[in-house]
Amino acid sequence: MVRKKAGLVRSREKRVGKEHVGDEQLIAELEEVYETDYEIGQDNVERLGLDMHNPVFFVSAGLIILFVLMSLLFPDAAKSGLEATKAWIQVTFDWIFLSAGNVFVLFCLALIVLPVGRIRIGGDDARPDFSLMSWFAMLFAAGIGIGLMFWGVAEPAGYYTDWYGTPLGIEAFTDQARAAALGATMYHWGLHPWAIYAVVALALAFFSYNKGLPLTIRSTFYPLLGDRIWGPAGNVIDVLAVLATIFGLATSLGFGAQQASAGLGFIFDISDGLTTQMVIIGCVTGAALISVLRGIDGGVKLLSNVNMLLALLLLLFVIFAGSLSSFVVNYGETLTGYANYILPLSSPINRSDDTFYHEWTIFYWAWWISWSPFVGMFIARVSRGRTVRQFLTAVLVVPTLVTTIWMAAFGGSGLDQIEQGVGQLADGIGDEALVLFQLLENLPLSAISSVLGICLVLVFFVTSSDSGSLVIDSITSGGKTDAPVTQRIFWATMQGVIAAVLLSIGGSAALDALQAGAVSTGLPFTFVLLAMCVSLALGLRHEHRLNQAVQS
Amino acid sequence: MFKRIMVPVVLQHVDRMERTLRVAADLACEYQASITYVAVAGKVPSAIASTPEKFAAELDLFAREQGDQAGIRTASLAVLSNDPGADLEARLLEAVKSTDSDLVVMGSHPPGVADALHLIGSHSAWLVRHTDVSVFVVR
Repeated sequence: MVRKKAGLVRSREKRVGKEHVGDEQLIAELEEVYETDYEIGQDNVERLGLDMHNPVFFVSAGLIILFVLMSLLFPDAAKSGLEATKAWIQVTFDWIFLSAGNVFVLFCLALIVLPVGRIRIGGDDARPDFSLMSWFAMLFAAGIGIGLMFWGVAEPAGYYTDWYGTPLGIEAFTDQARAAALGATMYHWGLHPWAIYAVVALALAFFSYNKGLPLTIRSTFYPLLGDRIWGPAGNVIDVLAVLATIFGLATSLGFGAQQASAGLGFIFDISDGLTTQMVIIGCVTGAALISVLRGIDGGVKLLSNVNMLLALLLLLFVIFAGSLSSFVVNYGETLTGYANYILPLSSPINRSDDTFYHEWTIFYWAWWISWSPFVGMFIARVSRGRTVRQFLTAVLVVPTLVTTIWMAAFGGSGLDQIEQGVGQLADGIGDEALVLFQLLENLPLSAISSVLGICLVLVFFVTSSDSGSLVIDSITSGGKTDAPVTQRIFWATMQGVIAAVLLSIGGSAALDALQAGAVSTGLPFTFVLLAMCVSLALGLRHEHRLNQAVQS
Repeated sequence: MFKRIMVPVVLQHVDRMERTLRVAADLACEYQASITYVAVAGKVPSAIASTPEKFAAELDLFAREQGDQAGIRTASLAVLSNDPGADLEARLLEAVKSTDSDLVVMGSHPPGVADALHLIGSHSAWLVRHTDVSVFVVR
């Protein structure tokens, strides 16, 4: 405690030394706003060499066990209860989700052009920890990459064929439906999800690296709640973030194992059953443990770079094996479709496409928002040293552009096959997990490209599990990143165990139940995120004034 | 016998490191060696400091205090890591090389239940296995 204060005093003397005396008082006043007596780790319990936040670690662990037990003992009741909650949330609060998504996009775009964009995360002298390429690669590590693999072909194909509703009720199998399918998919995977992640990531990075607060969700509310964030309010936010993350990840891993098993069955003629699924969960969790033990640089960064290369390879393959000229046409259609449909699709007023609106858009929005603590915190962790403007451009605009290429290649090729009546896709979507492989089957060299595809899926699962453990460990140890790695091993193992237990005992009903529960946390987090925007705006304005006072 | 001693420290826990620090200081006096105090830190704020720069300053202050108390030559090395939880041991090994130390003095707890729990075992045991310089483990 004494040391910490000594450090603060020294730094202020250094800062004040540079400018004339008149601003000294202003700077002192500004700096005082973020001076808290809270010492990082003061609520932590250290037992058996572990380092855990009390009560966040223990309450989270207890609730996880409780929820898993409930969904195993009463799978059907849990499923109907939690799914009814999810459905009620999606229908009742649809306009809130949709409007909040628009707010996040506008907020991020505003920050890019405003003067606060110059603020550097970590202070003016901070330099990026990771190269630009590794950083981009890691943006996709925490969840989005796996989604692009599964939905890149299936989603546009689904909208075009009216598999489960069409955007704005446009008639299926028409030219208009084609542009709308690509545009609506881009709407779901473009600026909006990345804006949601960017808000959380920027808030966490800013309050931690610039304002000296611990790297945990509660810290982003310091300007609004002050020292109250260290109390029950902060505990609730952090526990909710942990639950949303672990259930989101565990259920994804469970469903992912089913899908990967179906994919393996499709390619290799391996029997698609519970045993295969358990082996997949075991392998993914085992690989995640190795990755966790190797740390960020040797683990998730390495895997993300490998995955980026594999994904690029697969992308180029699909573009050239299909046909370059139709890719160019599809790319144009994706861009114009996105531009033409982004406004009507983001308007909550007078919607007549009930199925599409609620079951796709609002579901995605609730899903993105419930994952935002996880993805946001991971992005925050690796983004020190970038300016706010660079950060938002890179997290919002670049991934959106990358996704347009991805969707034009994969979604466009899928639509081409449907139109030309080629292969199984032409008969409509049977099992959405197989759509990617059905597409590849009708391109040359499908034996190689399908294996590449399944490898990508599995490695993306490993990076999700690894980064998820990193995030949960940081939250449950009160914002520390030097807690023993044993704790991360615990969380990575928990994800695998929960997925395996739910799948083998409860089956899909138990997975559905917990996933509905995880998605339902999207509603409280929508309000949390809206408040976070206000808080972040206040914090950035404060930092901007401080920088100006120091420079004048 | 020894010219440069390296002492890994955890600034949060210096109160528990009294014996280690004294052994290191006594050895430094005996052999007229210098001590480099090494700490591995992440880039997120900690109880010690809110930025890596301030952390390095704290460690430097600590090293100077130790030097003044024992009348020995001291230096400090703050090693920054993207992932201190996982990288600690590798970073310490690099520090042994970069400081060109010929002796490491570090604290460790007696082996017990906790070691069975941590699959990865103790940091000092790892360092003993991976470095060719002398390691003095203080309990």
